[in-house]
Amino acid sequence: MATKASRSAARFMMAPAVVLLLGWMLVPLIMTLWFSFTKYLPLRGDSIDRGLDWVGFSNYARFISSSSFWPSVQTTLVMVGGVLLITLVLGILLAILLDQPMWGQGVVRILVIAPFFVMPTVSALVWKNMLMDPVNGILAHLWRFFGAEPVAWLQDASLSSIIMIVSWQWLPFATLILLTAIQSLDSEQLEAAEMDGAPVLKRFWHIVLPHLARAITIVILIQTIFLLSIFAEIFVTTGGAFGTRTLTYLIFQRVIDSQNIGLGSAGGVYAIILANIVAIFLMRIVGKNLDA
Amino acid sequence: MGQIQLKQVTKSFGDVEVIPPLDLTIQDGEFTVFVGPSGCGKSTLLRLIAGLEDITTGHIEIDGQDATDVVPAKRGLAMVFQSYALYPHMSVRKNIAFPLRMAKLDQAEITKRVERAASVLNLTDYLDRRPGQLSGGQRQRVAIGRAIVRDPAAFLFDEPLSNLDAALRVGMRLEISELHKRLETTMVYVTHDQVEAMTMADKIVVLHAGVIEQVGTPLELYHTPRNTFVAGFIGSPKMNLMTGDEAAKHGAHTIGVRPEHIDVVESGGQWQGTVGVAEHLGSDTFFHIHNTGLMETLTVRSIGDVSLKHGDTIHLEPRVDEIHRFDADGLRIA
Repeated sequence: MATKASRSAARFMMAPAVVLLLGWMLVPLIMTLWFSFTKYLPLRGDSIDRGLDWVGFSNYARFISSSSFWPSVQTTLVMVGGVLLITLVLGILLAILLDQPMWGQGVVRILVIAPFFVMPTVSALVWKNMLMDPVNGILAHLWRFFGAEPVAWLQDASLSSIIMIVSWQWLPFATLILLTAIQSLDSEQLEAAEMDGAPVLKRFWHIVLPHLARAITIVILIQTIFLLSIFAEIFVTTGGAFGTRTLTYLIFQRVIDSQNIGLGSAGGVYAIILANIVAIFLMRIVGKNLDA
Repeated sequence: MGQIQLKQVTKSFGDVEVIPPLDLTIQDGEFTVFVGPSGCGKSTLLRLIAGLEDITTGHIEIDGQDATDVVPAKRGLAMVFQSYALYPHMSVRKNIAFPLRMAKLDQAEITKRVERAASVLNLTDYLDRRPGQLSGGQRQRVAIGRAIVRDPAAFLFDEPLSNLDAALRVGMRLEISELHKRLETTMVYVTHDQVEAMTMADKIVVLHAGVIEQVGTPLELYHTPRNTFVAGFIGSPKMNLMTGDEAAKHGAHTIGVRPEHIDVVESGGQWQGTVGVAEHLGSDTFFHIHNTGLMETLTVRSIGDVSLKHGDTIHLEPRVDEIHRFDADGLRIA
């Protein structure tokens, strides 16, 4: 990309993608912003054709003063944090395990990746009906086998259950990224540390973990983006009941259940703000790992 | 102290035996070089001594103590790796201090030893940099620094200079030799470069396919190679090895003449041929000579700048008393 000609050719070729991306992002964003300042109740006959009434910040005030707002923010953060913690810890352990030479390594690796290919709706249904069902679920049978009372997972431990389901889905992603990072570790560094007298755990702490820092950062950032907008798993399992209503789900309820597009759009803008706050914190904490 | 003894050591990877039974004693304070072509098992042998690979059968003794099943950290050996294996997220100071921290020395002692190692290796100005900010030679010195702070019984070097450019390699070669003179610690050094072996070693161990071909001082190997492999491997340029009628004249299956033991003469001479490539180095000239009827390409080294060119006919006179004779099995005939 050195010459003037190649630079302008590059701009020309990137232009369609840039325009498309901008359109894709800007149009919905602007419409959301517009709706959030209007009274937009389709069932009461409001529509864009007839013109929407400008109501200023009243949607924002109503959304934030609702008793479900702060609990939903808390639920969102607990869910994101819980899934991140579980996927990172188990992901590192699994990555180390899969890095060991063993019989059937290829097959095992494919099996580990498999959950990532299952659609969120499907996996949530499988978990709900086959594993966590208090009467016929595998876990219920297991509990009964040991003489324990089966747990009604999605009622009594609803948030933990959803965290478990989502972690199961995202564990392959974390494992995969961390595995490739572990494989790129120069084995001579580990051998040098071994010669230097570092036992296994210290080698992990002083050599492997720092080497994984960048991969861990990437896992945290990418997962957070997707986890903030978790929806299908909640919709399929608890429908937002039993303290599993995240901000995303609350917005969905405002728009679809209450048919209040203006209020929901205001919630959407809050969600953008929340995502940015989380992003700023994350970049402060782990972003420096991305510098070369 | 740092005497290392290998007794009937073997190593197999699965069904492949890379090191058949091998005996070797490395004396305390000696600079021993393992040299051989790639894949000859020299690095494996070093890793067996280090304990990074388990030996299949046999025993390793360090200072008379059986170390066969001792973990690497407890053998009292320090190793410098080909890739240097520095810890990229730690500063030079922390890299050098790492083995001391692992040995749980107190902070004052660690600081003292790191400073001393750094001053020995001219690293004092770089202590707070990361390995990524250092040049190849500096990284090499950090790796050596990490080895010397531990006061090991012996140093193990695994091709430490192969990632450096030619000029730096010569410099580091001298530095390592000087370090050895100063520390008087046993050093075991693996290289495929026979020049490194010849210039640095007290004792050279020539390996070929896991077998020790010859052990001796550099000059012993140069003057009395035990077989054709050692003869061809030690010395630069390579010894000319020829079979057939010319060898039969000397009552041998194979004879070898080093390029520096063949004189270029004006006319006459026992051998003659056409000059192929002439490499003029200024101090010497290497001629690669074809059509001698002796071997495909005969190499001759003549002192100074000899003005023969491509295609010229060259007359040669080998020094008869410098001809090495080998029997049909490739072994030296005394």
